[in-house]
Amino acid sequence: MKRLVATFAIAAAGMIAAGSASAQSGKTLEQIKQRGFLICGTNPGLAGFGLPDSQGNWTGIDVDLCRGITAAIFNDPTKVKFVPMTAKDRFTALQSGEIDVLARNGTWTQSREADLGLLFAGVNYYDGQGFMVRKKLGVNSALELNGASVCVQQGTTTELNLADFFRSNNLKYEGIAFATSDEALKAYDSGRCDAYTTDASGLYAERVKLGAVDDHVVLPEVISKEPLGPAVRQGDAQWFNIVRWTHFAMINAEELGVTKANVDEKAKTNSPEIKRLLGSEGDFGKGLGLTPDWSYRIVKHVGNYGEVFEKNVGEGSRLKIRRGLNNLWTKGGIQYAPPIR
Amino acid sequence: MSDQAIGSRIAYVRREAGPTRPAPIMTRGVFAWVRENLFSTPMSGVLTIGSLLFVLWVAPDTFRYLISDAVWQAPDGVACRAPGAGACWAFVAAKFEYFMYGSYPRGETWRVDVTLVLGLALILWLLIPRLPRKGMAAFAFFVVYPVVAFFLLRGLEGVLPIVETNLWGGVFVSLLVAAVGIVASLPLGVLLALGRRSQLPFVKFFCVVFIEFVRGVPLITVLFMANTMLPLFVPQEWTPDRLLRPLIGVSLFAAAYMAEVVRAGLQAMPKGQFEGAMALGLPYWKMMRLIILPQALTTVIPGIVNSFIALFKDTTLVAIVGIFDFLRTVETARLDPVWAGPTISTTGYVFAAIFYWVFCFAMSRYSQMLERKLAAGRRR
Repeated sequence: MKRLVATFAIAAAGMIAAGSASAQSGKTLEQIKQRGFLICGTNPGLAGFGLPDSQGNWTGIDVDLCRGITAAIFNDPTKVKFVPMTAKDRFTALQSGEIDVLARNGTWTQSREADLGLLFAGVNYYDGQGFMVRKKLGVNSALELNGASVCVQQGTTTELNLADFFRSNNLKYEGIAFATSDEALKAYDSGRCDAYTTDASGLYAERVKLGAVDDHVVLPEVISKEPLGPAVRQGDAQWFNIVRWTHFAMINAEELGVTKANVDEKAKTNSPEIKRLLGSEGDFGKGLGLTPDWSYRIVKHVGNYGEVFEKNVGEGSRLKIRRGLNNLWTKGGIQYAPPIR
Repeated sequence: MSDQAIGSRIAYVRREAGPTRPAPIMTRGVFAWVRENLFSTPMSGVLTIGSLLFVLWVAPDTFRYLISDAVWQAPDGVACRAPGAGACWAFVAAKFEYFMYGSYPRGETWRVDVTLVLGLALILWLLIPRLPRKGMAAFAFFVVYPVVAFFLLRGLEGVLPIVETNLWGGVFVSLLVAAVGIVASLPLGVLLALGRRSQLPFVKFFCVVFIEFVRGVPLITVLFMANTMLPLFVPQEWTPDRLLRPLIGVSLFAAAYMAEVVRAGLQAMPKGQFEGAMALGLPYWKMMRLIILPQALTTVIPGIVNSFIALFKDTTLVAIVGIFDFLRTVETARLDPVWAGPTISTTGYVFAAIFYWVFCFAMSRYSQMLERKLAAGRRR
């Protein structure tokens, strides 16, 4: 029933948004500047992506992406208002113009762009389903899980992916399904299953809840595609570009070795690529409606992609997620940004 | 025969009362109380022993988990993750400010405190029967206080920094939603109840439709509608604040239920009361205000308080539309990687349970006191 209501709501919103999309063209940036702050839809509670800390300040890689956009526009990362979005109202809020950008670990899918009138500006986290096992089991790959019992949450695509993976690899397994992820984790912790499966980012977040984090290891295999990224509504190409290039600027900065700490030094170097990135050569902000130093501001206030990753979900956090797919293309991952020129 | 003669024949006359003996232990004292209340029938004996065994079975573990094995002080979640550790009260202590104020800027939280203390003082003035000048208290609480509270909490350009409602959260927002719902629903509910019994067809029709419509949909639907659909139908500038929407939704929802409670009170009034009032020449509103409503509302105090308690607990539903009420802050805090651990969720929920229980129990006790006092003339 809930799902039915949500579907109806989103479909209705899609129709309305489609009708009003043309009227909004090119206006989003103007509105934000007039208003004086960006409105960013976030996850109300997902460790590493969007979560308020003890002081009530938002933290996470999605949150930092919004801060990056804000820095590019206002040269001040605090001029952003975070609106926590539930899974149900996130798309309608974006379509109705209540929020400017939705950075809420949303999965980029065809239907969300074709039917809901959204555009995903990039992928700031490549997620996918993975497995967690006890270290003392001595398993190094999911392909060694033949005959294992696997704890999984009931009625999710996770359950279907699990079946597909074992069938296509001719492996046997015993799936033990639970109504909630908490129950599944508890069963895994008490030893009822050899492995626990859910999206990889979730695995790390769940692992933290177990007493001894180091006794558990996340296997390298990722068996489904969940590209997570920020979304904007269709009809405003300039705004879409700002969001997309904020993300790309952060990746380019990492690739060129420009960090929050050394950005001022790097600005003085002779490398033409860095000069173009930081705005001392050419005016690449103009087409976006921004100042030439737009990406300097992003790196100066927020940092490059790698820094944001390590701080929120990587080694600098308790989640300790490995870069994996999210490493730069030059380092074995698939994070790749077109050049600024 | 003379008295003298009789007197001389009687050998013994008792002049004073003999020593009183205590009542048999079967009728008084601890033993009798136990026998009468706990073992009056074989069935009740079995239930007593069963309950006792249950308590003995549960209590030591509960005590161990909540008190003796609990972690009372720790800088982060490490100590709480140790095997065998009990509830992590250090987590509650560390997150206490967050539970109270949500994301409200830490330098400005005194504004919330002042608002709460002010509100509490006015409520006590209203609720404690011995204190004088109820009319003035009501004016202060219902008219002056909301305005003062609004500017204190949200701020005033140039005087107090503006704090947007997206930063409001925690116990503060739970109390806000409950208080607004309670304060708005009673007068609205009375009006709706009167409207439903009105002779004027249009008024009656409107009230019946409103009450039946609201009672026919779940609160979740109202909240979902308000927060998800409303922004699609009105221009962006007209969209009410994200916190205001559930406030209005909860108030209207509670008013419809309150109307039915009040209507029950009105229907319980004997016809003679109406006729008597009319015979005295009282116009409609005076009759209602002086004769009918005081009696009708007294009759339904348990129902009214019941609605308030239900409303207070229903405030947790605003979490599904992205408002950080108290329960939502607990939910969020337990995900914090610094603290996350096997006992954190349980600790958070136990804390929330204690909080809600204290508030609901206080409301229920107050209503019982009020009932005894107001219904003194009709006690059976």
